[in-house]
Amino acid sequence: MTAGVVQVNGELIATRRAGAYHHLTFVAPGLAEHARPGQFVALTVGGPTAATLLRRCFSIHRVSPSGTYGGTVDVVVSAKGAGTQWLTALRAHDETDIVGPLGRPFPLPTEPVPCVLVGGGYGSAPLFWLAEALRERGCAVHLVLGAATEARLFGVVEGRRCADTVTVTTDDGSLGHRGWVSDVLPGVIRDSGAAVVYGCGPMGMLRSVTEVAAAEGAVAQVAVEESMACGVGVCMTCVLPVRGNDGLTRMVRSCVEGPVFRGDRVRWDAFSDGLCRVPADAVGAPRAGGH
Amino acid sequence: MTMLESAVGVSAATSVDMSTDLGGAVLPSPMMTASGCAANGRELHRFLDLRELGAFVTKTVMAQPRSGRGTPRMAETPSGMLNSIGLQGPGIDAFVTKDLAWLRSVGARVLVSIAGNTSGEFADVAARLRASDAFDCVVGVEVNISCPNVANRGLVFACDPLASGKTVALVREQLPRDIPIFAKLTPDVTDLVSIAQAAVKAGADGLTMVNTLLGMVIDTDLLRPQVAGVTGGLSGPAIRPVAVRAIWQVRAAMLEGRLPRVPIIGVGGVRTGRDALELVAAGASAVQVGTAAFNDPGAPARVGRELQSLLAERGFARFSDAVGVAHERIA
Repeated sequence: MTAGVVQVNGELIATRRAGAYHHLTFVAPGLAEHARPGQFVALTVGGPTAATLLRRCFSIHRVSPSGTYGGTVDVVVSAKGAGTQWLTALRAHDETDIVGPLGRPFPLPTEPVPCVLVGGGYGSAPLFWLAEALRERGCAVHLVLGAATEARLFGVVEGRRCADTVTVTTDDGSLGHRGWVSDVLPGVIRDSGAAVVYGCGPMGMLRSVTEVAAAEGAVAQVAVEESMACGVGVCMTCVLPVRGNDGLTRMVRSCVEGPVFRGDRVRWDAFSDGLCRVPADAVGAPRAGGH
Repeated sequence: MTMLESAVGVSAATSVDMSTDLGGAVLPSPMMTASGCAANGRELHRFLDLRELGAFVTKTVMAQPRSGRGTPRMAETPSGMLNSIGLQGPGIDAFVTKDLAWLRSVGARVLVSIAGNTSGEFADVAARLRASDAFDCVVGVEVNISCPNVANRGLVFACDPLASGKTVALVREQLPRDIPIFAKLTPDVTDLVSIAQAAVKAGADGLTMVNTLLGMVIDTDLLRPQVAGVTGGLSGPAIRPVAVRAIWQVRAAMLEGRLPRVPIIGVGGVRTGRDALELVAAGASAVQVGTAAFNDPGAPARVGRELQSLLAERGFARFSDAVGVAHERIA
């Protein structure tokens, strides 16, 4: 269970465009001190009487425990629905309720091994902070950023400051290599001799990151993106099938047991066509006739 | 407001006696979590002290471990949500040794929600609950005969007076007399009062109203059902007027002598103390806060504090005096 989670009224102190996204900074006293890369925050949207009741969860881009305003937390938002549009329309000094830090962070290697960090779209948001934590431990950091277009990349400039190498891919070739991150990933892992590959982005990308890492003899640690209603572990909507230490597959909550999982533990075979089915061998799986 | 008035306001609010009698279980507060909206306590205990609630209501537990359905499991709707979880849970044996034992260790009073695929399974779950070491923290059992996320969808036990009565009777046999049982009802029926009558006649000490309403959302980009289970249960403030109506109808039937007077636990779309007061005035002797906890994990306790202040403002010395008061105020 996450220690030190807080529920605070967060005042927005900075909002700016970052390509196709918005980068928001909130004052969140007591949250920054306990947060680790890979954890997330759950924000209310629309104000206290809004019809949009469910929290929106965002990977923490970075935290600052002691700035001018006290502790702050940064998130990157893609305004694609009513809730995220409300967030990106906030102006300085507007407030929203923030719960965090939530979930389990990226595990860090005990030895100073080379690492590859892969981000798809704004899924790269937590990787720069992770890169700094890894380099403090003496790990070489190689960043791979991919997106559909240049505008949908996040953090290319920031990446060049905090990683040893940065490789960029876009589907349309508007920046970097034309293609997917999985096209360049084998070469980056091989050239760097990486032992760990961290990934954050869409589920399809995380699956290929896991497969490529396994083929190259590296461990994949992936932060999954599942839709959540509460973010704190009570709604049971953000589940996915994951194999445990006992070899058994269970439907586990990505908000409390994740969002970071070892890639080879996730049952990617259950995902297709935007749905995730319960594997027949999962604990308590529906029998004929269903639940 | 002067300081003196302010101080009077505070003491008036805290002087309202919030205790409530639920079929023999006297609770210090009418506030509860709602089954399936609070997991089994550990998660919310980070945001509120579970002892502040009258009772903590657990996620419905069945005999065997259950994975629940695939995903997507939810869709946001105007002032609410549709869920299609499929009663995911650890099964009664793991529940009593891990979850119930933990709830007992933190001093929570627990209302355990149980279900089964058959009436016999309901009874089996109740028997294993009673036999557990942690049973002394249980203040009641909620018999979930109305979850829409089961294989037969809308054809839940609570749509049929006979099936409802049989299930309640079998559970009643397994539990000590001093443990009240509450039948949880769906408003998705033609005649709610007849279902309530069957449940009470079969031995229910009270009723919990309402479960989610069966609903459906279509993803208009993909033009297919948005949740993997196709249909789901609708909850949240959008359904509050349905809950108020259901409580009102059954309470009215009790006042008319059409069924015995038993306590009603109100649930459905409560987000604020004002919302809770609506259910209470319609006839609820306790109030559960469900979906609102997804928005504000502290909501079950916050709503109780707000309700206490509202009762004080309206001059009530006791919570119980407000139960069903709206029935006295119509021509």
